[in-house]
Amino acid sequence: MQDVKRIVIKGRAVPVRGNDIDTDRIIPARFLKTVVFDGLGEHSFEDDRAQLKAAGKTHPLDDARFAGARVLLVNRNFGCGASREHAPQALIRWGQGLQAIVGESFAEIFFGNCVATGVPCAVVDAATAEALLSAVEKDPALEVQVDLRTKTVTAGSASYPFSIPDGPRTQFMEGRWDSTAELLAAKDKVRATAAKIPYFNSYGS
Amino acid sequence: MGKSLYEKVFDRHVVTRLPSGQYQLLTGLHLIHEVTSPQAFSMLEGRGLGVLMPERTFATVDHIIPTKSQLRPFSDSLAEEMMIALERNVKKHGIRYLSPDTGEQGIVHVIGPEQGLTQPGMTIACGDSHTSTHGAFGAIALGIGTSQVRDVLATQTLAMDKLKVRRIEVTGALRPGVYAKDVTLTIIGKLGVNGGVGYAYEYGGAVIDRMSMEERMTLCNMSIEGGARCGYVNPDETTFRYIEGRKFAPKGDAWGRAVADWTSLRSDADAAYDDVVTLRGEDIEPVVTWGITPGQSVGVTGSIPSSQQFPESERGIVEEAYEYMSLKAGQAIRGTKVDVAFIGSCTNGRLSDFEEVVRLIQGKGFKVKPHVRALVVPGSQAVRRAMIDKGYDKVFSDAGFEFREAGCSMCLAMNPDKLTGREVCASSSNRNFKGRQGSPTGRTLLMSPAMVAAAAIAGEVTDARDLFHIA
Repeated sequence: MQDVKRIVIKGRAVPVRGNDIDTDRIIPARFLKTVVFDGLGEHSFEDDRAQLKAAGKTHPLDDARFAGARVLLVNRNFGCGASREHAPQALIRWGQGLQAIVGESFAEIFFGNCVATGVPCAVVDAATAEALLSAVEKDPALEVQVDLRTKTVTAGSASYPFSIPDGPRTQFMEGRWDSTAELLAAKDKVRATAAKIPYFNSYGS
Repeated sequence: MGKSLYEKVFDRHVVTRLPSGQYQLLTGLHLIHEVTSPQAFSMLEGRGLGVLMPERTFATVDHIIPTKSQLRPFSDSLAEEMMIALERNVKKHGIRYLSPDTGEQGIVHVIGPEQGLTQPGMTIACGDSHTSTHGAFGAIALGIGTSQVRDVLATQTLAMDKLKVRRIEVTGALRPGVYAKDVTLTIIGKLGVNGGVGYAYEYGGAVIDRMSMEERMTLCNMSIEGGARCGYVNPDETTFRYIEGRKFAPKGDAWGRAVADWTSLRSDADAAYDDVVTLRGEDIEPVVTWGITPGQSVGVTGSIPSSQQFPESERGIVEEAYEYMSLKAGQAIRGTKVDVAFIGSCTNGRLSDFEEVVRLIQGKGFKVKPHVRALVVPGSQAVRRAMIDKGYDKVFSDAGFEFREAGCSMCLAMNPDKLTGREVCASSSNRNFKGRQGSPTGRTLLMSPAMVAAAAIAGEVTDARDLFHIA
C-alpha cells in the first residue's frame, strides 16, 4: 500500500493566477456526484475554463503551451472553501498529473488533503510567486523543479527558497504520507485515551 | 497562566505524538454523509480494514437529496447511486443512519445538535468544512477530507496540528435587525478570508453570551469562511439548557456529572491567547456580500468599494468580482435586483431562523415579487415538522415562498435546486463563490434570513429594517 517517495518534483509548470481560488472552482460540486475519484481530472477548473473560452480567452490549463505540466503555480489562499478532497484528487488526474503546487499560501484543509494525496504544497513569498508565474508565462518550456531536500524551487537558472512544515516534508520524502497505517499503530493507546475521557464512558452511568 | 477551552479539549484527546510532529487526536463524534464518505469506505475495504468504533459514527444524507420530494428512487441516477452506496456502507459496518425514513434526516450540522449528539468538550469530525458549526457547544469540530474520514473510520483518530487560538470578542449589544449572520460576515470582512488560517476562533463577549445556541451555530458555521479550521463558544447555561433532554444527551445522574465536566473545560479567566480581536456590537450593520468571496461584503446602506481601498495583492480578485457580479465600484448595494431568494442551509436553516422571518412577515400582507423564485428549505425533517406544527409553512406559502423538504438545497446545488444562467440569488447560505449555486455564471449575495426575505419581497436588495419597520 505504501506510496512512492516525493523528493524532487520536476517538469513543466502551469501558472494559475489569482488569490482565494476556492475548491468549488478547482472542481465544481456537480462533479462530486460520484462514489469514486476516477474521472475527476478532466473537470479540473471546468467552469473557469469554459467561461474564458466563451470570452475568446484560454485558461492556462487549456493552453497547449503548458500541456504536460507537473507543477502548479498559484498565488494566495489557494484551495479555500469546501473540504472536498476531490480538489487535489482532480489535480493529480489532470493531464500528466500535477504533482506539486507552489504558491504564497494554502487553505488549511486543502493543504492536509494534498498531504493525503501525495502533493507537496510549497510556500513562497509574494515576490517569488510573481517571479515564478512570470517566468513560466514567458517561457512555458522552462523546467521547474521543487526540491524537498533543499527546500528550493528552481525555474531555469533561478532558485528560490520555499517553506513547508517539517512533518509533511519528511512524510513526502520517506513516502509515508498515508496516515492510516501510522494511526493504526497506536490502537492500544487509543483505547487507553478513550478510557480516561468522561463522555467516552457515558459520564460514568 | 490558564488554558483556553481549545487547549484543554485538545490535550485531553491526544493519543500520541506522531513521527511527523502532528498529534494523533481521538475523535469523539464522527458524522458522515453521502458525498465525502463512499471513497473512504472503498479505501478501507481495499485494505481489509473495518470501522473501529462504529457506535461513534452517525450518518445522514443531505447534499444530494431533492427537496421537492424525497421519494426513491431519485430521478438523478448518480444521486441514487450515492444513496445506495451510503446505505450499503452503513449497513455493512453497523453505523447508525438517520435516514429520511426515520424522520431524523437533515443537514448533518443541523441534526448533530438537534439529536443531542453534539456536546461540549468533544472532538467532532466530519467530511465537510462547515463542521465548525458544532463548536457553538464548546467542542473542537473539524472539517476533514476523505482520506481523513477513512482514518477516523479505521482508527477513531486524526493526525492534526495544534492550532493557535484567537479570541474574538464582540462587546455591547447588536442593534435591532442585526443578526448572528451579520456578526460573522463582519468578522470575515474585517479579518479576511484567510485571516484565520492556523487559528481556532474563540468567540466571546456580551453579544455572544446573549446569543441563543442557534445563533452561535450560525456564527461558528462560518469560521471556516474566515480561514479558521474551527470556531467555538465556551459552554454556559444556554448551552446546557439546549442539550438537556435531547435524544443522545446524558440522562439521570450522568447529566450532573456531564455539566460539571463541561463547566471545567471553559477557558480560564487568565487563559493566554495568541491573538485577541475586539468588535463593538453596536457598529455592526446588516451585511450583504457583493463579490465572489464571503469577505467581499458591505453594510446594506453602503456601496461597492473601490479596488483602490484594498491592498494591491487583493485588487485582482476585487476586479474579478466586479466583472463576474456585473457590479461597479461606488454603486449602492441596495437596489440590486434579485431573481431567486433562498432561506435555508447549515448556516441559517434552523427553526429560529424561520421563526424570525415569520415574525417579520406574518399578517402584514407581504408577497414575494412575482419575478422572484423564493425557496424556504428546512435544515432537517424535525425543523420541517416543527414549522408545520406552528403553521409557518402556511405563512411562507401564502407570502409566495415555496416550502420544501429538508436538505442542503441551493447552498451548493448538488441536487435539483440550482440557479440558471446569470441569475442573482439573495441567499442565507455561506458561500458566494463563482458557480457555487449550480450555474457557472450564477451570482450569490449572502445575507441574513431577514434580509433574504426582504429582498424576495422587494425584488431587490433592500434594508430589512426599513421594509419590516424593525426598530
